[in-house]
Amino acid sequence: MLAAARTIVARDLRVAMRRRSDVAIALLFFVIVTSLFPLGVGAEPNQLRAIAPGVIWVAALLSSMLSLGRLFAADHADGTLEQMLLGAAPLGVTVAAKAFAHWLVSGLPLVAIAPLLALQYGLPAPLHGVLALSLLLGTPVLSLIGAIGAALTLGLRGGGVLLALLVLPLYVPVLIMGAGSVEMAAAGLGAGGQLLLLGAMLVVAAAFAPWAIAAALRISSE
Amino acid sequence: MLEAADLRCERGGYRIFEKVSFLLSEGKLLRVVGANGSGKTSLLRILCGLALPAAGEVRWKGTPIRSLREEYSRELLYLGHAPAVKDELTAAENLRISCALAGVPISADNVSGALDRFGIPPGKLVKQLSQGQRRRAALARLELSASVPLWLLDEPFTALDAVAADLTKGLIRNHVGGGGAVMYTTHQDAGLPDSRVIEL
Repeated sequence: MLAAARTIVARDLRVAMRRRSDVAIALLFFVIVTSLFPLGVGAEPNQLRAIAPGVIWVAALLSSMLSLGRLFAADHADGTLEQMLLGAAPLGVTVAAKAFAHWLVSGLPLVAIAPLLALQYGLPAPLHGVLALSLLLGTPVLSLIGAIGAALTLGLRGGGVLLALLVLPLYVPVLIMGAGSVEMAAAGLGAGGQLLLLGAMLVVAAAFAPWAIAAALRISSE
Repeated sequence: MLEAADLRCERGGYRIFEKVSFLLSEGKLLRVVGANGSGKTSLLRILCGLALPAAGEVRWKGTPIRSLREEYSRELLYLGHAPAVKDELTAAENLRISCALAGVPISADNVSGALDRFGIPPGKLVKQLSQGQRRRAALARLELSASVPLWLLDEPFTALDAVAADLTKGLIRNHVGGGGAVMYTTHQDAGLPDSRVIEL
């Protein structure tokens, strides 16, 4: 079972390595969106500092969603998805591995680059760690929830927009806790509570989302 | 081994086929024929559990496949319309991954040997291959799947040249001879010693 999961993760990473442009696009999107706000809002330092957590988190949501469409669609088109459905390992394990690979490719780079972008907003250095930590806990939840939506909208016409409508509302709790943790830390109240809640969301999502993804895939690939 | 009881298939409320029943046992070769749109692919997808029949049941060694899930998947090899190889990977990587996911134990020698027999350069990216070569790269899996009892092959001979088609037929014959069961769809008679022909 673990061997199958490892195979899937290695496979998806290798495919991503050979399609580097897809990875770069999602990351560049994140960088550009977060860079547009200071230009549009103006260079008032206090205002920028106040909106920074929210803007960076919203950009992270959108960027993580950008690559969701391809999560199952490419495998569906070339027939490898059918082979996964007929694999020797439980489908839940296979899709969990796919969501993990999606996070490694689309979530982890955001975590790494977010502190750098926080500099543009004049966010004080101690908050960079909180921001990165909140993204580290939150972005895997985005990948897991997003994968449910990607599985449900697989093969539908206009699936991309539908996917956004379906998934973005579900991202709200993650956004509130993620951005909230940085705001709390900025106010000197400590981000512990929010980060623990994000961690709890991650545990729940990791435990239950794979089975929901598997069920959704079975329905939409029928 | 594989038993279909009174299968009925519908698409968008229209009946595609109904009352399809058969028994496929060890060492038997079953051919499904029918015009375009008669539901050959749908039948195979129902048999491997990818789709649900509108009525009827598929049983594997007496147990409904719905309650078997992976236990059944492990015993079966399904090759569908799409070749199920990824463009960004090499033929060898594709073969290794699909065998690993299917739970078929293989070695690196096996993989290159199988690809070699089908005339596919193992290190070439699949996107550099032609349609027929992709098909060959997918069919090379048959060479490594002798231990899988049931083969369900959807149009295995499309886009193949005579050499590759003969190779595939040889593998099917060997599998049936070795006690496996094979079911395949085709438009034209492939010249295989079919035990039974199902017409949809």
